[in-house]
Amino acid sequence: MATGDTTESTSVPTEEVVGWETKLRYFLNSDFVRSSPYWGIPFVLMGIAVYGGIGYNVVISLTDYAGLGRPSFSNLDLEMYTTALSNDAFREAAINNLVLLVAFTTISLALGLFLAILLDHGIRYKDKIQTIYLLPMALSFVVTAQLWLWMYNQESGVLTVIMETFGFEPINWLGNPEIALASVIFALVWQFSGYAMVVYLAGLQSIPTDQFEAAKVDGASTIRTYLRIIIPQLKESSVSAAVVLMVFALKAFTFLYALVGQYRPPNGTDILATLMVRQAFKFGKWAYAASIATMLLLLALGVIAPYLAYQHRQGSL
Amino acid sequence: MSRSTTDSNFDVASLVEDINLRRVGQYTLVVIFLGFFLVPLETGIMTALKTNEAVARSLPFAPPIGDGFTLENLQYAFSQLSRSFVNSLLMAIPATILNVLLASMAAYGLTMVNWRGQLAVLSLFLVGVFVPYQAVLVPLARFWNNLFPLARMLEPLFAAAPLFQSHHSELVPLIITHVAYGIPICTILFRSYYKSLPNSLVEAAKIDGASITKIYRRIVLPISKPMFAVVFIYQFTQIYNEFLFSFTLITGANHPAAPVTLILPAIGASTSGVDFGIRMSAAFLAALPTIILYVAFAEQFAEGLRTESG
Repeated sequence: MATGDTTESTSVPTEEVVGWETKLRYFLNSDFVRSSPYWGIPFVLMGIAVYGGIGYNVVISLTDYAGLGRPSFSNLDLEMYTTALSNDAFREAAINNLVLLVAFTTISLALGLFLAILLDHGIRYKDKIQTIYLLPMALSFVVTAQLWLWMYNQESGVLTVIMETFGFEPINWLGNPEIALASVIFALVWQFSGYAMVVYLAGLQSIPTDQFEAAKVDGASTIRTYLRIIIPQLKESSVSAAVVLMVFALKAFTFLYALVGQYRPPNGTDILATLMVRQAFKFGKWAYAASIATMLLLLALGVIAPYLAYQHRQGSL
Repeated sequence: MSRSTTDSNFDVASLVEDINLRRVGQYTLVVIFLGFFLVPLETGIMTALKTNEAVARSLPFAPPIGDGFTLENLQYAFSQLSRSFVNSLLMAIPATILNVLLASMAAYGLTMVNWRGQLAVLSLFLVGVFVPYQAVLVPLARFWNNLFPLARMLEPLFAAAPLFQSHHSELVPLIITHVAYGIPICTILFRSYYKSLPNSLVEAAKIDGASITKIYRRIVLPISKPMFAVVFIYQFTQIYNEFLFSFTLITGANHPAAPVTLILPAIGASTSGVDFGIRMSAAFLAALPTIILYVAFAEQFAEGLRTESG
């Protein structure tokens, strides 16, 4: 009966003209229909929320809806998008967003790979250490923001004390627009590099050990072995970890919001998400916020679509 | 290599045996990174236990020895957070249970029964995993506030119900939202598990004439218990830690239905910037449920993350 959602069943004699009743009976007995009670409800719920939400967001972004009453759908245009694109604040946020995306993902991947190799090399209590490295992942953005606010505190925070111990002037980590974004990225790396480590550890464990042995016989150094043989095989781990990390980076709004409270991220750290929420919830410019959100979504799709295509080619979908 | 993975084989002699420069360097790095990941937490806990004067005069990571020790900050933070703890749990527990059940069913229908077009439907789920929530915030706010004010409709019901307060009705739209947006990732987690199960298991039952429902109840549900644990841990942590949906649907940290994540930044903002004792106490208390869950189920947690990426 695994013939699918149409009526082309091999058991139907082809010479005869099949009546619609028979077709209907076959359709109702197909696995598509019979399994639909299982996936149907979740699919509809998710579909309305995700795709209905995105669609409605795009429609609102074409209006000039500003809060009260209902949006007027009579004259739809791209005005909000052109306003955004010609706005300096938007451009700054977009650039910060890209810097955050690239820097955070690259550093987290590199650190995660380093930690995975470090732990994969006959370390005692490996599992327990791995658990500790991963611990920040269990925390909410809101919590990590509070912790790093204290770490970065210029009067008596941890970093200040360390700097002073070594005779340096304390740095205003979050107050200086030149380095505030770097400080934010550093804290995010602290929270998420453990994730990259776990993915890489799983990847490393799937590589057979005899490749190490062979390289050893050939007299290759450990570093060479990793660079030439092991790391190239971790491509799949890298791709999937990178995609998930980039999605984390796009969510960094909560971290920035919690870092200094309502609607004003530290100078120089405005990203599309913070800009969007400020326009919507503070200024009530819902249509403008929706247009920023749409562009953020396009950015995310630019990451996801190639990834899904890659997965599809690999046959791992 | 192999003996190092189990703790029971630990003995000092073997440690001395393979001491060499490389291993010393390796362990030094391991310890440095232990510090890197633990210091923000450690300094947070120590600061939470100190009086304000001790915070100012002692090292941030030093323990509060002697007269610097106090539980007042923790008590104050708890009094501020206690109601929001109830809200967070009332939100996260039902949302997670619904999520896990629906996702398990969806993954079953999309993996273990074969029909054409499955991959297309599945791709729609996959994209849903990665969509940034910002892209749906405006519709979400409009839907629950203007188009379908479910919370207001349910309010009298909650006011009349025992154990609940009228403001708990605000949590219902939040729960539905969390369930709807949690379905994609949870489905993918279950699917990768179901795909790894041997085909013969279900095929044999099919030949015996078992219906789709029977196969799910009798075979799939019992063997997917470990995955239920993984997805539950993963999703509970996600929903408990989530901020954006609460922020959108529940207006302001002063709202009686506000979950922990919504209150926490406000506790920092309402007190003077110097009062890190209270801030750290609140942060530590807010994180406690997920930390406990994480420490108790570290393996399931890591498994969820590994599956998410693969």
